[in-house]
Parts: sequence; C-alpha cells; structure tokens
Amino acid sequence: MTEHATAEPWRIVQIARDPKRPFALDYIAMVFSEFFELHGDHQYADDPAIVGGIASLDGRTVMVVGHQKGRTTNERLHRRFGMARPEGYRKALRLMRQAAKFGYPIITFIDTSGADPSLEAENRGQAWAISENLAEMVELPVPTVAIVIGEGGSGGALAIGVADRLLMLENATYSVVSPEGCASILWNDSALAPQAAAAMKLTAPDLLAAGVADAIVPEPEGGAHEDYAQAGAALRAALLGMLAELDERFGQGVALDVPALLADRLAKYRRIGVVQEAQPQ
Amino acid sequence: MIQNILHRHRQGPGDLWVQCARCHELIYRKEFEDNYKTCPKCSHHARITASERIEMLADPGSWVEEDAGMRPADPLQFESLGKAYPDKVAEEQAKTGMDEAILTGCARIEDHLTRLAVCDFGFLGASMGSVVGERVTRAAERSAAESTPLVLVACSGGARMHEGIYSLMQMAKTSAALAQLGRARVPCFSVLTDPTTGGVTASFASLGDVILAEPGALVGFAGPRVIEQTTRQKLPPDAQSPEKLLQHGMIDAVVHRRELRATLGKLLRLYTIAPAKGKTRRNGRERTANARAARSTMPS
Repeated sequence: MTEHATAEPWRIVQIARDPKRPFALDYIAMVFSEFFELHGDHQYADDPAIVGGIASLDGRTVMVVGHQKGRTTNERLHRRFGMARPEGYRKALRLMRQAAKFGYPIITFIDTSGADPSLEAENRGQAWAISENLAEMVELPVPTVAIVIGEGGSGGALAIGVADRLLMLENATYSVVSPEGCASILWNDSALAPQAAAAMKLTAPDLLAAGVADAIVPEPEGGAHEDYAQAGAALRAALLGMLAELDERFGQGVALDVPALLADRLAKYRRIGVVQEAQPQ
Repeated sequence: MIQNILHRHRQGPGDLWVQCARCHELIYRKEFEDNYKTCPKCSHHARITASERIEMLADPGSWVEEDAGMRPADPLQFESLGKAYPDKVAEEQAKTGMDEAILTGCARIEDHLTRLAVCDFGFLGASMGSVVGERVTRAAERSAAESTPLVLVACSGGARMHEGIYSLMQMAKTSAALAQLGRARVPCFSVLTDPTTGGVTASFASLGDVILAEPGALVGFAGPRVIEQTTRQKLPPDAQSPEKLLQHGMIDAVVHRRELRATLGKLLRLYTIAPAKGKTRRNGRERTANARAARSTMPS
C-alpha cells in the first residue's frame, strides 16, 4: 500500500474526530426551526451520550435522535465521548416508537466511536439493547434517514443507523470497529491504526461505492468545523432532498405506502454482503 | 475478538486421558466424551465444533446441510500481515475442514423438524462476515416460509475485520431476518455458548424468543480485555457469565450441555403445539412438503 493510500484515510479519520467539528446538537440547532429535547428511556436513566427530541423541519414535525459528544473535558466525560449505554439506545427506541405512532419521519445523527464498553453497560444488556433497535428499526412504518456526521463506529453506531437512506458527511467515517480496535485485534498493536483505517475502507466514497451510503454531503473547505453555517445549510439541503425523494416514491402522511416503504428498506439490507457460491442451488 | 486459550481442554498424558482446563482434573477421555465434553468434576464446558454440536442435538441421520459451498469473497481486498484475506480463509478451511464459521441446515430434534444454525469458534473465531450473515438470514427466511422453528447455537469473537462495513451490516441483515421470522410467528430459540461476544451477541444471538446459555460461557458485547483496558477496572471472573446474565434478566435459563437436547425438544414441543388436537402431525407433513418445494425453487 502506498504511503498516500494510507495517509489519506487516516487524515479523514482525524477530521471526523476533530472536537471542533459540529456535534448532533449543533446541527439540530442549525437544521430545525424548533426543537424540544426529550429525556430518558423512562425505564432506568437518561443517557447523555444520546440526545433526541421532537423538531420541526421546514414546517414538518420530525423525531430526531443522535449521539452527542462533548467539547470541554467535563462535557466529554459527562457525554461519555458519545459512547452510549443500553438506556441511551432504549431512549432512542422510545422516541422512534413514538414517531411511528404519530407518523413522524425519523432523522438520526451518528457520531460515536462505538457503544460504551463498561461492565455497567454489559449488566444492563448492551447487546440486547442494540439488537432490539436493529430489529425494530427495520419495521418502523415511517420514513427514516440516518446521517453520519463524524465517526460511525461499530454496532454502537448501527444501533441508531438502520434507515431508508444513509447520508455521510464528506469527512465522516463508518466502520465495523475503530481503526485502533481493528489494529489491536488483527495485529495486536493499536499504533497501526492508520494502516487499519486504509484497509477497512471507511471513508464516505468507500461507503457509497459499497452501496451502504446513498449520498455524500459536501463540507466546507478544510472540514465542517471551518464554517458551521455552511455545513449546517448543506446538511439541511441534503436532508430535505432525501425526504422529498422518499415522499415522491412512497407518499406522505396518510398517503404513505407503508408496505412499499418497508419492503424497500428490507431489500436494502437484505442485499448487503458479498459471497461466492459454488453453483446455483 | 476474544483470545482465551484457558477454555480449551488440553491433551493429557496419553490418548486415554484429558485434563480439564479449569479444575485441571485428569479425566478418562471416554467419560469426558460421554459427558458431552464437559468436566464431570467441575462441569466446565469445553468448546466443541459445529459438527460435534449437531451430532449432540440432531436425531441420528436427520441432519441435512443447506447452503453448502457458499464461500467468502474479498470485497475490500483486505491484507493482514502480508497475507491476503482469501489465503487466510483457505488456511482456516484447511485447519477446520469447514468452508465458513457456521453450519446451517435442517434436522429433527427429538422428532421435531427444526432448522439449525451452529457457529464454530475454530473458524476465524466464529467472526461474522457476509457468509455467516447470509446463512443465518437464509435459514430464518426458510424457517419463516416453512413454519419450521429456528434453533441458533451461537458463539463468536465478534466482527470479521477483513470484511469491514459488510461485516457490520450483517448485524442489520440478520436482525431484519429474525424480525420477519417473528412476523411469521415462527419461534426462534437461541443458545449462547462460549464465547458469544460482539456483533453476534448484539444481533441474532440476543433476538431469540427464548435465550438459553451454557454454564460458564463468556457472553457479552464488549470482551473483558476491552472493558478492562477502557475502564481500567478489574472484572470479577464471573462478570460476563450466564449465571450473572440470568440474574440481570437477559436470558431465560442456564442449561447444562447434557440437558440441551431435551430442553430444546421440550421447547419445540410447547411452542409448536397446534391449536386443534391431532393437527400437529398433518402440519408436520405439510411442512416437509413445503420445505421440499421451497428448496427446489430457491433462487441462486
């Protein structure tokens, strides 16, 4: 692998993780005219690593869910670096079920290196919370759009990422595990993360080519943190475009063709994967 | 992925004896094998292959493998330590005699027609790539089409790094397939064995209508090494054990391997009793016919 081929993905990983980059709440403030934050899974706790609420997009009520990282040291610790716990995923599911009940489209912002790896999270069923979201999100009877705004890492990202359409910001990444995790697992050396970043093909163009992402949202020169307003406007335009396309195809409100929408979503995930078969059965 | 050589039974002196990896007791090999490869002294469950598992669970002669010959591709052209992914796969295939980390097929368990999906930790740590995802998905789809209950015997070190995002997306694909199975009102029973971690736990393995686990298995999302490194806390030895999971309300029962076949047989019976008397048998025949029809019309 050439030096450039390794350097470029790693450079993008750095931009995707830049703490100056807009986070979910920053985009929420820029994209929606109104937002009311909803808290807690109403079962156990409120996870600050996941935020969500009811919002207005161009006059239309939508439900919003996202990972939230912190900027100051205190805030980072409070938000647990955007690494959600089961109660966070259950909050997300509560909001999404509510959206399904009232027929609101769902918009999710993905920005996490992964689910919280702690004993507390394990004891409360981290894996159970994630799989439940995966299984339910496939069947939500409303249009859903997910956007990777920074890091999309592992099942912790996917747990709010199963959607009709996936957008990726130009400098966002999406991978099965963090480059450090991959390097540590395969080569026992997390310092080889740049090589892992290149090998995993985790940039927005890679994901578009893999058929996992549907579109790339352009960022300002140098990255989204260079110009919040421009980044927010680009995201808003892309989001409106995706919802308009879904409306066009499947109808809207009472005219929404739910079976067609769900069949399309299921088919999208059904075909992901590459296998070789010896002979047709 | 988990690396835990402690759970393997080492060869004792001579072929007649094996040494328990946990209590270090020397066990007469025949006694160990008659005891389903569990330690008669401390009940430690040794890891077994998918074929051994099927032999222990399926009625003799009833196993029919499905989707044989499906092999992984190399969509990322992934290279690790100078070795291309297809070469790594070939190496694992030669080592295990399997073509991938899971076997799927049809069998009878205590006379109940069942579809079985059994992971094998020996093949790349039973990591989930496209083949594991596709086989589980097809198994769920066939089970839904034929009203055949699905039994998943899971173990996994996590995602198949070499397949990158395709590996991650198998979590969504298998979860979607199990949601459809649920929609078809066909029961799914999940058995968690040592070790079940990562994306497999966080997708199909934890989506069973009933979740059983073998004693002593390591079960979780994050592996203990990752938790200890991230949180700098030392985990108690039983932290991610089925016994703890049962306490925390995550699984339905801890079942000794010796009892697994009978337990599954009982569940299959209870969950598939037809509403009217005498209907079970006829349904069974219809199912077999459907199964045959479905197999002959399977798209390539």
